[in-house]
Amino acid sequence: MPEPIRFHFDVDGENFTSAGEASVAVKKKLRQLGYSPDIIRKVSIAMYEGEINMVIHANGGKADVEVNDDEIVIILADTGPGIPNVELAMQEGYSTARDNIRALGFGAGMGLPNMKKYTDEMKIDTEVGVGTTITMKVYL
Amino acid sequence: MNLTELAARLGLETVAGDTEGREWHGVYAGDLLSRAMSHVKADNIWITIMSNTNVIAVASLTEAAAVVLAEGVELIPEAMDAALDNGITVLSSKHTVYELCAAIHETETRGA
Repeated sequence: MPEPIRFHFDVDGENFTSAGEASVAVKKKLRQLGYSPDIIRKVSIAMYEGEINMVIHANGGKADVEVNDDEIVIILADTGPGIPNVELAMQEGYSTARDNIRALGFGAGMGLPNMKKYTDEMKIDTEVGVGTTITMKVYL
Repeated sequence: MNLTELAARLGLETVAGDTEGREWHGVYAGDLLSRAMSHVKADNIWITIMSNTNVIAVASLTEAAAVVLAEGVELIPEAMDAALDNGITVLSSKHTVYELCAAIHETETRGA
């Protein structure tokens, strides 16, 4: 079995201007590797939403993408405030984004729901005051 | 009808990128990025009044044919740089989102 291809990004929590850069970079890599538009779209949407969440809520974090033979794994880890109520956060339209964030077009309350919708597996490990790690898989 | 013809028909100004040789199919209108992220399809025209850098990221990820900024909204300089870096075509119009949608619909209905 060949070694997986790995990408790592540090997501800057201070910079809304560059938010999404890691997702755009991954999309370009996947395209170079020849993956189908459908797979690229799923990975792009899920990773972008996760990346934005880390910028909005957790002052940034780390994004790791692993491309295997049978799946693409996206791991987003932050040391932010954690998610007190995951069930509530998973509801479409629920958002805790501040008004200044909403003015930029964020805060639709579709981040986590989109991540779940566009991936085949999603696991949320979160602890209030410690941080959140989200692991998503897209099957190939 | 390609993007150049549509831009000419609607009087759209090219702010970044190029319309030449670009085909488009379908339209999405809206400003919430997560909504756009899941609804803008490849080769769509995305009409919005948001003009920050994140719009360019979403347009790039969704492979929109072009972003059309309504109501005379101007692209902020950082977004302009991002559009040029990522090869995103951005057009602008003084018209409202509704007027643009109606005009495109009429164009589609009547044909080229």
